[in-house]
Formats: sequence, C-alpha cells, structure tokens
Amino acid sequence: MGLTASGTGFKSVDKKIHITHSNKVIALAGNPNVGKSTVFNELTGLNQHTGNWPGKTVSNAEGTYSYGNEEFTLIDLPGTYSLLASSVEEEVARDFICFENPDTTIIVADATNLERNLNLILQIMELTDHAILCLNLLDEAKKKKIDIDFRKLSYSLGIFVVGTSARSHQGLDELMEKTKIVSHTELEFKPFEVSYSEVIETALSMIQPEIENLIHDPKKSRWISLQLLDRNTSLSKSLCDHLQIDILENKSLKVATQEAHRYLREQGITEVSDYIVSTIVKESERIYKNCVTIHDEKYNEKTEKVDHFITSKWFGIPLMLLLLGGIFWLTIVGSNYPSALLSDLLFGIQPYLVDFLNWFHTPSWILDPLVYGVYQTLAWVVSVMLPPMAIFFPLFTLLEDSGFLPRIAFNMDHLFQKASCHGKQSLTMCMGFGCNACGVVGCRIIDSPRERLIAIITNNFVPCNGRFPTLIAIITMFFIGMHSNPLISSFILTMVILLGIVMTLIVSKVLSKTVLKGYPSSFVLELPPYRRPQIGKVIVRSIFDRTIFVLGRAMMVAAPAGLLIWMLANIHVGSLSLLAHLTSFFDPFARFIGLDGVILMAFILGFPANEIVMPIIIMSYLATNTLVEFDSLFALKDLLVSHGWTIVTSLCALVFTLFHFPCGTTCLTIKKETGSFKWTIISILLPTFIGILLCFLIKMVSTFI
Amino acid sequence: MSLNELQLGEYGVVKAIHATDKVRRRFLDLGIVPNTKVKCLYRSPFKDPTAYFIRGTTIALRNEDASLIEITRMEESSWA
Repeated sequence: MGLTASGTGFKSVDKKIHITHSNKVIALAGNPNVGKSTVFNELTGLNQHTGNWPGKTVSNAEGTYSYGNEEFTLIDLPGTYSLLASSVEEEVARDFICFENPDTTIIVADATNLERNLNLILQIMELTDHAILCLNLLDEAKKKKIDIDFRKLSYSLGIFVVGTSARSHQGLDELMEKTKIVSHTELEFKPFEVSYSEVIETALSMIQPEIENLIHDPKKSRWISLQLLDRNTSLSKSLCDHLQIDILENKSLKVATQEAHRYLREQGITEVSDYIVSTIVKESERIYKNCVTIHDEKYNEKTEKVDHFITSKWFGIPLMLLLLGGIFWLTIVGSNYPSALLSDLLFGIQPYLVDFLNWFHTPSWILDPLVYGVYQTLAWVVSVMLPPMAIFFPLFTLLEDSGFLPRIAFNMDHLFQKASCHGKQSLTMCMGFGCNACGVVGCRIIDSPRERLIAIITNNFVPCNGRFPTLIAIITMFFIGMHSNPLISSFILTMVILLGIVMTLIVSKVLSKTVLKGYPSSFVLELPPYRRPQIGKVIVRSIFDRTIFVLGRAMMVAAPAGLLIWMLANIHVGSLSLLAHLTSFFDPFARFIGLDGVILMAFILGFPANEIVMPIIIMSYLATNTLVEFDSLFALKDLLVSHGWTIVTSLCALVFTLFHFPCGTTCLTIKKETGSFKWTIISILLPTFIGILLCFLIKMVSTFI
Repeated sequence: MSLNELQLGEYGVVKAIHATDKVRRRFLDLGIVPNTKVKCLYRSPFKDPTAYFIRGTTIALRNEDASLIEITRMEESSWA
C-alpha cells in the first residue's frame, strides 16, 4: 500500500528500476496476497509493509541479504495476476524480468491456491530460465489438508520448487541456497515451455527470427513475438525504451508482424490473447491436477461461513459501522490517559529546558521562540497525536492483516458504483482516517486513472487523526454536556464521519458526471481467506512503519509552524500583535460563515498540521504569546463561550474541520501522486468551497430559526 | 444464461466471455475461460457485487460485469 517510509520515501523505486551494483540481482514476483512482501521482509529484514489484501506493493522496494558470504540484492516486484500488462504494476513486473535480466526470479505462490498461481508461474517461465518457485503459506496448506507433490511439481515445471512458511521463517534457508545455485550456475536450465496450437506456433515462427536478429535471445524472442501477435502496445513502447527497437521503424519486422496477423485472420483467429491465456490456463489445470491432492474438500467452509455473516443483508452494514465506531471508541478512550501523561511530562520538562538554555546564557531572542514557539508546539503535537495514532494504526493494521478490509470494499462497492467510482476507494478512505497523505498514496491500488484521481481528490473528506482531537473536543463540549459519555461522543463522531462519507460519494458522483467523465471500470476484487494476524508483529510494525513515520512528518512541519506562530503572536505593529491584526482582517468574512476571525485564522495557520488548530484558537483568545495547554474541557468551554461561541459556532467549526483544504503534507503528496498542479489546486479549492458553503447555510438557517 | 443470474449456492460452467478489452483481460487473468467451473457464494448487502468461487479463489464481480460471462448451470455433483 505504499504507506510507509519504504513505500513512499527514498527506498521506493517508482516505475523504472535500474540496478547499478555488482551483487547478484534477485527479482521477487508473484500474485497479489501470497505473502510476497513477508518473504521479502524475512529475507532482507527491511521493514516493508505487508497487508492481507490484494495489490499492496505498487512501488518496488529493494533490499539486500547475505547468504554464504555473498550479498544479494532483492527487488520486490508489484503483485500481479499476469504479465499481459493491463495495468501499470504488470508493466513494471514484466519490464523488469524481461529487460533488466535479474540473475534469478523467485516466483512466490500461494500453496493453498496453486492452480490460479500457476498461470503467472508459466508466464514468467516463458520469459526467463532462471526461475525458482517458492510455494509459500505451506503451513496454511497443511492445515487445509492440501497435499502437494513437490518432486512431481518440480519435474513438471523444470525448476526448483521450495516450500516455505515465510511468517515463521520456515524454508527460507533452502530458498536462499537454491537462489544462490541458480544465480551462479552457467548451466542451461530447460524449464517447461508452453506450446500453443499449430496456427499460433506457425504465426510465431514468422516473427521470431526477426526479433532474434535484434536481441539474440531465443527465449525472449519467442515471448516478444507472442506479445506482438497479441498486439500488445505497451510492450512496443517498452521495447523502444529498453532496447531501442522501434517496431514501426524496423521494416522487415513490421512486414513479418503484418504477415503473421494476416495469417491468423485467414485462420479465423481474431482474439489471440484468448488462445494464449486459454492454453496457459489449461496447462495450469493439468499440472495442478497432477501434483496436488486435496483431502478435505470443505476447507473453505470456515471463511465462507464468516463471510456469509459479514456480508449479509441485515448484519453487513451495521457490523461495519459498529466496528468503525468501536475502533474510534477505543482510540478516544484509550488515548485520554497517555495523552495527559505525555503532556504533563513534556510540559514538565520545559522549565528545565529554560534553565538549561539560561545556563548557556542563551539570549532571550533565541530562547523565547525556541522554547515557547518551537518546543511547545512540538510538545503539543506529540502529546495530542502520538497516543491516538499508536492505538488507531495497530487496530487498523489488525483489520488489514486479518483480511477484513477487502470485505469492507465488497460491502460498500455498490454505493461507489452508484457514484461511478471504485469500491476500493472505501479502503483508501479507511486509510485516510489514519492520515490523508497515506490515503492519497494508497489510491495507487485503484487501476483506472479516472477513478484513482477521484479517490485522491475526495480523500480529504474523511477526517484524519490530526482532526479527530478537534472534532472530539468540540463534540464533547457542545453536544453532549460536560459529563462526557464516551459512547455518545463516539456515536456523534461516527455521524460526523458518515457526513464525510456521504459528501465523498456526492462529490465523486459530481466529478464523474462533469470534469472526470467516464464509465466505472470493471470491479474485480479478490477476497482472500481470513488469516490470524500476528499481533506482536502488527503492533511493532504499525508503530514503527506508520505511527513514527506520520509523527515524524508532523513534527517536521510543526516545528517551523511553531516558530511562525510565535513570531506572529509576538511581533507587534502598533498596539496589536500581527496575530491580532490578521484575526481582525479575517473576522468579517469568518462571521459571514458562522465562525470568527480567530477560528478561520487558526485553520489557515494550521495548514502545516491540523493538530495545532485548537491550540492556536485558545492562544489567540487568551491573547497570550504562546500555545496554552488546557487540562480541563470545562475551562476551555468557558473560554470559548466567553468569546461568543454558540451551538451554531461549534457546529460550523465542526463542519469546517471536516471540510477544508488538506494539510500541507497531503497537498504535497497529491502533487506527487497526480503530477499535476491543476488537480492539486482543485483538491484544495473543492473541500474549502464546500466547507464555506455548508457553514454559510448553517448560519443562514440558524438566523431564521 | 449469464453469470449474474446464477443464484446463491448454485454452480455453473463458463461457456463464453462477451466482455472486451481490459475487462476481458482481467477475466482471462483470473483464469475465467470457457469450461471454467464457478460457484455463486454470496452477495453484498446491496445485492451487488457478488462473490464467486473460481479456481480456488473467492472473486467479487459487479453484476454488470458478471452479465458479460455466459454460463450454463451445473449440478453440484460435477463440481469436483
């Protein structure tokens, strides 16, 4: 899902992968959701995120491992069902195996579902002789009483077959051993080769010599010829990029291709891909039946039973809402105490920090902005953000690992279909609850560019962790009285979130009817079997991969923001601070939409990180020079009410928290993901406009009541 | 009949695929070719999409897409 430092940061290799080192290069290929990333992690120790739902790795991670005094470079290719390149991921995987010539390609396959996996295995074996089959999830296969004859399979395929249970590190030593052998050997391997019908073979032989003249590799020539028969246009482009072969320019190749096509037409074959795929599928079926015995035909019943319940008409949706509400409840209740503890600790350190700096005779023009600007803002952000994230992300990762998320997409797809977008958007929205920037990156799982763009633009409509504290504080203060009952407050919060979801659907629909016209693309979603998540690993991984990652980024934007806010509050023009000037500048417009100048300015200054919106509001009302921490919501409510907050103000603030421009990090991410300035601007303007409009309507309605 | 007409718990065999371009490719990738056996497992709460058991995997398809797959009904006894 590319949610992590390794997925989004310097470790990821987007689209094109170039290898410069002298290590043996090993490619890791396989269907989605077969534990490929687990194999990768176990081998390299590099923490790349894995999840129990298809299509996780969309950019490629690279890592190294050593075995027998030798270093190997491992490239984790995107999970794909085939190499026929109907999506970017398939193109990346295909181009790497075809043109970058890895020394060995490890094909990771699901031992519980070998038949479907064989499809890709046979396709990869058409491309390279240096392949190894890694049959992963062997422990699960054993539990399901699936008996695989390794010797027969290895013999049928003509490559090494290694059984692994990567989660418990079983079989990986043998995998590394075999990888070493295959990547070193000069021996000619002769793996099984799919033969096609006579007509297709004849047509192939018309093109193949021409390609062989150009690349001198019989195996690849055969494969490229096959793709040319299939009029694979994306391959033509890759040929041009990687081998400088322009099919349209090379006359004899062009003629040969045209003749082969004419021959096929004469023989009555129009859809070549059907013949190719059918042949491969039939071969897969044959090999599978030869090598696999299932002793327990009803092994899938458990998952089916659970799914019947989870997707049922009456329980499906309420169950999901309950679960979502439950997660929020746990997050809210669970983070109260650690938040207070953290803030006591961090603000408790502050006097010592001041003493320490004074001891160095630090001049006050450095000390003040540093401590009261930068440090206090950081302390606030950390104590408000860290506990909820440390609870939310592990919970979310548990859902992800258990395989529950694809069921959410399954249950919700109909609504998204109505809005002419993709069911997987519900998953990127779920991710947005954690962090919108993460959600935007996650949109890569959606194949169609049109639907991906819609998902990116609307991701900000679900509130992220940074906005939850503000939402919760306002809800607790103004909507449920002071004897706060976490159950009621999470109910209201769930309602607010539903508003965000409804708005997402409406906006998606409007976008796809106007600027992003088009039909919904096909929705094919694999529902993997449920897997017991490894709770320990989930906690460690989600804390390190997501929590620390997001927190680090938030701190990076909060520190300069803290400095800026301090300066605005402390630099005076006339008798008023810059902050006060700005506030009175925004005030007329803000009041027009039911807010006030302070609130609006807080949102603008909160652009780097939404967490600091509430502290800025408090700071401005108190006219203090620094961010202030309030330990009691009672006192806070009194302060807000004394500055004219009514139920309408709080409602408008609630709505504006939900609908306004995305934070700085998210904007940067949108720019990076869409590569377009225009769509970034639209992603900023659209939610802001909706927020202003809704607030204005609330204000209007309230004046008439 | 087409795949979306299959009732819950019923079995079928693929006869032909009437989809084109990318959708057709996707089907082929999943091993949905003539003579492939399918079982209709369950529908989403909104009745669309529907989950099918195809070649050892549970795959969800929108009814609109499933209508492009022509099948004939099959007895449970011919499943294995």
